[in-house]
Amino acid sequence: MDAILLQILNGLDKGSAYALIALGLTLIFGTLGVVNFAHGALFMIGAFCSVTLSRLFSLSHKVEVPGETDFLGNPLKKDVPYLYDIFGESTGAAIIDWAVPLSILFAIPIMLAVGYAMERGLIKHFYKRPHADQILVTFGLAIVLQEVIKYYFGANPIPTPAPSAFTGSFDFGAMLGFDPNTIIYPYWRLVYFAFAVVIIGAVFSFLQFTTFGMVVRAGMADRETVGLLGINIDRRFTIMFGIAAAVAGLAGVMYAPINSPNYHMGMDFLVLSFVVVVVGGMGSLPGAVLAGFLLGVLESFASMREVIDLIPGINQVIIYLVAIIILLTRPRGLMGRKGVMED
Amino acid sequence: MTKSDVTRRGVLKSGAMVGAGVALPTIFTASSAAAYTNEPTGSSVTLGFNVPQTGPYADEGADELRAYELAVEHLNGGGDGGMMNTFSSKALKGNGILGKKVEFVTGDTQTKSDAARASAKSMIEKDGAVMITGGSSSGVAVAVQALCQEAGVIFMAGLTHSNDTTGKDKRANGFRHFFNSYMSGAALAPILAKNYGNDRKAYHLTADYNWGYTTEEAVRTSTEAMGWETVAAVKTPLTATDFSSYIAPVLQSGADVLVLNHYGGNMVNSLTNAVQFGLRDKLVNNKNFEIVVPLYSRLMAKGAGANVKGIYGSTNWHWSLQDEGSKAFVKSFGTKYGFPPSQAAHTCYVQALLYADACERAGTFNPCGVAEALEGFEFDGMGNGKTLYRADDHQCFKDVLVVRGKENPTSEFDLLEIVEVTPVSQVTYDASIFGGDLGTCNNGA
Repeated sequence: MDAILLQILNGLDKGSAYALIALGLTLIFGTLGVVNFAHGALFMIGAFCSVTLSRLFSLSHKVEVPGETDFLGNPLKKDVPYLYDIFGESTGAAIIDWAVPLSILFAIPIMLAVGYAMERGLIKHFYKRPHADQILVTFGLAIVLQEVIKYYFGANPIPTPAPSAFTGSFDFGAMLGFDPNTIIYPYWRLVYFAFAVVIIGAVFSFLQFTTFGMVVRAGMADRETVGLLGINIDRRFTIMFGIAAAVAGLAGVMYAPINSPNYHMGMDFLVLSFVVVVVGGMGSLPGAVLAGFLLGVLESFASMREVIDLIPGINQVIIYLVAIIILLTRPRGLMGRKGVMED
Repeated sequence: MTKSDVTRRGVLKSGAMVGAGVALPTIFTASSAAAYTNEPTGSSVTLGFNVPQTGPYADEGADELRAYELAVEHLNGGGDGGMMNTFSSKALKGNGILGKKVEFVTGDTQTKSDAARASAKSMIEKDGAVMITGGSSSGVAVAVQALCQEAGVIFMAGLTHSNDTTGKDKRANGFRHFFNSYMSGAALAPILAKNYGNDRKAYHLTADYNWGYTTEEAVRTSTEAMGWETVAAVKTPLTATDFSSYIAPVLQSGADVLVLNHYGGNMVNSLTNAVQFGLRDKLVNNKNFEIVVPLYSRLMAKGAGANVKGIYGSTNWHWSLQDEGSKAFVKSFGTKYGFPPSQAAHTCYVQALLYADACERAGTFNPCGVAEALEGFEFDGMGNGKTLYRADDHQCFKDVLVVRGKENPTSEFDLLEIVEVTPVSQVTYDASIFGGDLGTCNNGA
C-alpha cells in the first residue's frame, strides 16, 4: 500500500510538468490549429530564466583572501556578490536563495514576449500549411533555440537549487500511520505540484470566466463564425499563444531545482507531452491535464522494481503503449472533440 | 574432348572475391607506395582528435580539445613544455614527432558511435590522420577502436571507463590510459568499508548500457567482498531525466547505501533527486544513509553543485595532485586557459604525449612499431606515479584516486578532494578475466 501511495505521489509531480506543457500545446493546437514542436524549447527557456536570474543575482566582484592562493599559486580571489554590498550579506544571500521563485516575475514578460515574437515572426506564416510543414518548421526552431542556449550556457547541466527553506523531504508515511521513511516526498516537488494546480486553475478560470476567454473558446469551436461577428479572433489567438508560452515557461522556471537545467531538457519533455496531448485529445484542455497526470502516475508505477522484474523494459515503453491503445480504441483521445483526429 | 576445370560455381566465387577486393574501402588498404596507412611523407604529421563537440558531453570534449592543442604546442616546441619536462622518457625533443611538425584535425563524435566512426573515418581517409584519439564514452571508444584496427592506425582512447574497452572489445591497435570500472570498485571498496563499516546494505541504480553494467558489477563484487549486501540493483533508462520513481523506493528496501552507477547528465539528475528526497538526512538500520558515485568527473560535480558534498567516488586524476608532472601540466593548462584541467583533459594530453614518445622510440609512425613501443612501456612523471602500459590488454596500470565532494569549495573548480591515492597493486587484475582477444596489429598494408 505504501509503495502504491509513493508512486502516486511521484506520478503527480511528473504529471504536473507533463500537464503544464501539454496544456500549452493543446491550447495552441485548439486555437491556431498549429502543431508546435518548439513548445518543449519554451519550457527549457523558462528554466533558463531561473538560471539567468540566479546568475544576475550572483554577479560578483573579486576580493582577495589574505593568506590563501589559487591553483596557480597566485593570491586567491573570492567572489563577493554585489547584492551583499547593496543589501548586506544576510539579505543579499536570502535574495540569491530565493532566485527561483522570484524568477516567476522575471519569466512572465520574457515568455509572453518570446511567444508573441514566435507567433508573429514565424508561426503565423504556417497557419494554412499542412501539419507536416508546421512540425518541420517548429522542430527546426526548437533546435535553433536549444543551440542558442547551449552557445551561451554550455552543454552541462547548471545546478539551480530551490530556496533552502524547501530543501529536504516530508514524511507522508509517518503522517498516515506507516513506518517512518516509507513515504517521503521532497518539499519542492510538493510546491511544484501546488504551483501546477494553481496555474492550471488560473488558465481554466481565465478561459471560463472572462469575456476574453469566452471569445477564445467560441473561436476554438467555430473560428469563422466568430470572425463574421466582427471580432478580431487572430489577435486573441496570438495573445493565447503568448499565454501558452508563458505557461510552458513557468513550468520550466519551477522545474529548475528538480533537475538541473540543460539545453536539451525541452526535447526530453516534448515527445512525452505530445503523447499526453494525443491521449488527452487534441485541442482538449481538460484532456491534456487529465492525461498528463494519468501518464505521470502510470510512468511511476512502471518504474517500480517489481513491475520491471515482471515485464522488463516496461518503464521505457508504458506511455507509448498507452498511446497506441488509446489511438486504436478511441482515436480522438480521452476527452477529444468528436471528429478531431478521427478522419 | 578436353576437360575444363572452369565451373559456373568457380567463376561466381572468383568474381565475388575480385568484386569484394575492388569494393574494399580504401582506408583498409595502404596505398601501394606507402608501407602503412597514411605514412607521413612531407614535413608534417597529422593527428586526428575525435572529441564530442556537440551533444551532452560537449563541454568535456572542449576540455579534451584544449588539452590536445596544448600537447601539440608542447610537441612542436612551444609553451613551457608541460609534462615533457617531467616525463621519465626523454625521447621527445620539442621538434615535433620524428622531426615532423605536428598538425591536427578534429572530428565531432557527438557521443554517438556511428557519428564518431564517421568522423574518424573522414580524418583517416580525407585528412590523412596517422593516429586517432579522444572521446568521452565507452560506446564511442569501442566503436572507433574497431574502426582504427580495420583501418590500420593507432587509437589512443580518451575518457572511457568500461572494462570492455580493454577487455572483451580490446584491439591490438587500441590503447587506454584512463582507468576502468574494475579499478574504481577495487579502489573504492576499502575506503567505503573504512568509513561506512562492513555491515551495509547497498541499493544500485544502474544506467542501462554497457558502462553501467560493468561498473555495477565491479562495485558489487568489491563491496560484497568487504561484507556488504546488495539488496537490489535496478536498471534505469539512459534517457531518463527524472529519477524520483527509482529513488523513492530505496528507503523501503531497507538499504542504507545508494550506489549511483550513472555518468554525465544521468548522474547529475539522479544525485540531485536523491539529495532532494533527503536520503542523506535519513537514519536507516541505525546508520546514516550514504550515497556513492563510483565515477566522478569535475564537470559532473559542477552540474550536481552542492549535492556532491561528502559523497565518495573515484577519479583518474585530479588537478590538486602535488607530483611534479601534475603541477607542470596544471601550470601549463591553467596559464593558457585560466582554469585547471579536468581528468578528461589530463588523460588526452598524456595519450598524445605517449603516442609521440612511442613514435620517437620506435623510430617510425608505423602503427605496429608504435604499438610495440607502447606495449609493456613503463613510465613516470605523467601525474599518476609509476605507470605500466600492459602488453596483454593495452590498459594502463597506475594509482587510482578516491575522492569526496568537498564541503567548502573555494571555486567552481574546487569541488572534489582527494581522500586516498590507491596504490596500483590494489587495482591490478589478471588480463584474462574480461576475455577478449587483442588480435594482431594492423598497419593497413
